[in-house]
Amino acid sequence: MNSPDLSDQKAVDLSPEGTAKAGVILSSLVWIYNWSRSNSVWPLLFGWACCAIEMIGTAGSRHDIARFGAEVFRPSPRQSDLMIVSGTVTKKMAPQVVRIYNQMPEPKYVIAMGACAISGGPFKQGYNVLKGIDRYIPVDVYLPGCPPRPEALLHSLMTLQKQIKRQKSLGRTITNPAYGEGRRIYPVPELRGDDLFPPFNPEVWTPPAKNPNVEDGCPAGRKSV
Amino acid sequence: MAAIDHKGVIRQFPELEWEASSGSLILSPEKVDEVVSWLKEDPAYRLDYLSCVSGVDYLEKEVKTRVRNEAGKMVFKTSLSPEKMEVVYHFYSMEKKTGPFILKQRVLSRENPVVTSLTPHYGGAELMEREVYDLFGIRFTGHPDLRRILMWEGFQHYPMRKDYVPPNDYEYEPTPHGDVLERARERREELEGQSP
Repeated sequence: MNSPDLSDQKAVDLSPEGTAKAGVILSSLVWIYNWSRSNSVWPLLFGWACCAIEMIGTAGSRHDIARFGAEVFRPSPRQSDLMIVSGTVTKKMAPQVVRIYNQMPEPKYVIAMGACAISGGPFKQGYNVLKGIDRYIPVDVYLPGCPPRPEALLHSLMTLQKQIKRQKSLGRTITNPAYGEGRRIYPVPELRGDDLFPPFNPEVWTPPAKNPNVEDGCPAGRKSV
Repeated sequence: MAAIDHKGVIRQFPELEWEASSGSLILSPEKVDEVVSWLKEDPAYRLDYLSCVSGVDYLEKEVKTRVRNEAGKMVFKTSLSPEKMEVVYHFYSMEKKTGPFILKQRVLSRENPVVTSLTPHYGGAELMEREVYDLFGIRFTGHPDLRRILMWEGFQHYPMRKDYVPPNDYEYEPTPHGDVLERARERREELEGQSP
């Protein structure tokens, strides 16, 4: 291998190819930061329903979530940075979920796994079911399915990794909320009467002003008779 | 499993009612301890396993029955069935390999239904009776620890009752129709009234 002549410093080639020839890799600090962080996501070890069975399958040897660096399921929120909300969140359970989320250290991410965690799913009209965990905590990746297959969970993890790699922790435009000024401790809802109070956290979620699927009291595309 | 003949228990307690339509023995709450301990110990029954405890809620309603009038014609007669609540117990005998034997406690009140607990006789009844209390509001005298089990402490209503109205949390319904559409509209108006 030919070493470049370093006797004349002006001749040093600072292009990536040139520095690579000199055995030096130039990169931004943020890129290395995000690369290492996205390849070592530690999920929180907890599950609620049938989605958790798929999550266990994903962690098994056949689907092997370790290929993506996320095999270390930690049983403590203090040691984990990814919360996989895997199943139906009942109203009785919702305050505990928000409390666990608050206990996780920054930076932290949330995957809402399955129809129930996204919107309440098949139990949406039930008196005891929260209609989506995104009403109280910010969700990074929504993973639909009932329950989603392990491949889908792996895809959602890859999507999360892409999101982490796009984050900016330095400079003027910080997009990583861990380094911004945004408040990441979210109020824990109370069980009052027969419902949660408040019904949603307006910092995270508000009901859409207009429902695009409903027009004139009838779902769009269907004429009222 | 072989079915259980009910004639023995009727012979022992002639004042008890056997409801043939449901195949169950109707008990008033004050007779429970006597009858249940006899069914558990009697060599012909030996009901040693309580399989299931369920609550049932009946609103007051009109029922039509076909009867023969004076002229000999079949006519419909309308009568009023009173409001009532029931607790249904399914028993099996593991020793004799027989069952099920169905026993009902019936109270003619939805305001303050009180029945007798079977927990002193069958320890397995404890959690099942708590669930009936939680979802139907039927209280069990003699129960050692009568608390809510599924819903949280402080929950206002009994959700499995026929007249229970679930809370209106229909802020956003992607494809509403029928009752859901109506309730979603009510909820949106309520929230719009709160915001300013």
